[in-house]
Amino acid sequence: MDNDNHSGQETHVWKVSFVRRLVNSAATVGMACAAILVVTPLVVIFGYLVYRGIGALNWSFLTQIPKPVGEPGGGMANGIVGSALILLIASAIGIPLGIGSGVFLAEYGRNRYGDVVRFTADVLNGVPSIVIGSTVWGLLVVTQKHFSLFSGAVALGIMMVPTVTRSTEEILLMVPQSVREAAIGLGISQWRVTVSVVLRTATAGILTGIMLAFARVAGETAPLMFTAFGNQFWSVSPNQPAAALPLQIFYYATSAFEELNRQAWAGALVLIVLIVGTIGIVRLVASRGLMKGAA
Amino acid sequence: MGVPIQAKGLNAWFGKTQALYDIALDIPPNHATAIIGPSGCGKSTFVRCLNRMHETVPNARVQGHVQIGAVDVYGNGTPAVELRRRVGMVFQKPNPFPTMSIYDNVAAGLRLNGIRNRHKIEESVERSLRQAALWDEVKDSLKSKSGASLSGGQQQRLCIARALAVEPEVMLMDEPASALDPISTSKVEDLIYQLKEHYTIVIVTHNMQQAARVAEFTGFFLMGRLVEFDKTEKIFTTPRDKRTEDYITGRFG
Repeated sequence: MDNDNHSGQETHVWKVSFVRRLVNSAATVGMACAAILVVTPLVVIFGYLVYRGIGALNWSFLTQIPKPVGEPGGGMANGIVGSALILLIASAIGIPLGIGSGVFLAEYGRNRYGDVVRFTADVLNGVPSIVIGSTVWGLLVVTQKHFSLFSGAVALGIMMVPTVTRSTEEILLMVPQSVREAAIGLGISQWRVTVSVVLRTATAGILTGIMLAFARVAGETAPLMFTAFGNQFWSVSPNQPAAALPLQIFYYATSAFEELNRQAWAGALVLIVLIVGTIGIVRLVASRGLMKGAA
Repeated sequence: MGVPIQAKGLNAWFGKTQALYDIALDIPPNHATAIIGPSGCGKSTFVRCLNRMHETVPNARVQGHVQIGAVDVYGNGTPAVELRRRVGMVFQKPNPFPTMSIYDNVAAGLRLNGIRNRHKIEESVERSLRQAALWDEVKDSLKSKSGASLSGGQQQRLCIARALAVEPEVMLMDEPASALDPISTSKVEDLIYQLKEHYTIVIVTHNMQQAARVAEFTGFFLMGRLVEFDKTEKIFTTPRDKRTEDYITGRFG
């Protein structure tokens, strides 16, 4: 406290009671513990993957396709490329649909029809992935009479929709009404206001939603079993069965060969790194292109 | 050049609540006209009826006649979007587009209305920022800084520049200085003083000194009705209506 008091009065010193200080430090410690607890599983998982997987991870693992069972070596190059293609097509299906319905819900969805769409999205979000996989199997694989990369992408794309829809809606509702009014007041047409002002203002938040959806489906295995199916060979055709990292991890992990078990760990490590890497790159590119100051 | 504004038999509602009753008002061109009155008296609603912003609120309704220059505002077939390009609006709280640069903010009205000519946009951005007395403060960071990074007073002048860029004939200002500090306020007032050479200005204000400083004409609203409209001098010195006198002498409101 300042003793050099100009008015000559005694300086009043606030006394903080012992109990209050105790509660304060307890709360601080508690929250620090909670924060550590949240980070711990991620660190443990990543550390364990590195520990188990780094041994089988080498250049040929990333560049070669699987060797016939029993032969040493070989890799998951086809799975990496297959997963990338499936996720690319899934995103091309899921993101526009999700953003479109999110915009609809936020800008025109304050009515019964909007409630129906909202409810449907929430239910779809809760449908187990294996059910979505088997439905796509029944609709696409059975009718086309073969497994395919494309059907896998459709299954994952459908799974992305509800997450993107709801997060887009939430973010758009956070764009202040005053920003919309500013645009309307300039004589900008409704759809231009939505696309060029509202969506643009919300880009950072919408990207977060997309990344959540992407990360969620990138590791999905069950829906791909009935659709993309897996492939021991190179194939980039959307009409052929395709290899995918999660599938290969699953098959290798349940295999009787130790070599394949080790490769499963390496595959899991690669999958995590690729997902985190993709999200990191998208964030970096987005933050370069966007102005700071977005809500 | 500014154009006159004429309102006749103007009524407005929010749902079932009537906000404006039978407003008749002639606003002269190339002057500033102040709209004063206590909170909730319909000042904002009135100016928002002039550029058809009122109808963008759910369940809001308007009835009556408004003429801006040669345009019948509520006439059959007058598109609201086209009208708003000719009637600029500045809001109470500065509302720059947060993710756009200073330059993009000012250019937004032109670009989003389909103008692609780079040279023209560049010219218009500089002219508007100069008119809004902001050019010297931002000319070095036009494209590197976001509109939201400016101070409150600068943001408001940016919003004025943004409205000027589409070259309107009328400027509606809804308490443009109420969220600003005294220095920024006086800058905005200076600006209004200069702008009325080229535009018809309607300014809603809570601050009666402000009305006296910037406006030649003043209208006093009370509970959704226009009580009195006259030269500002007249309103503040010899009002005809007892309620106007009570309000400006601070007896209520």
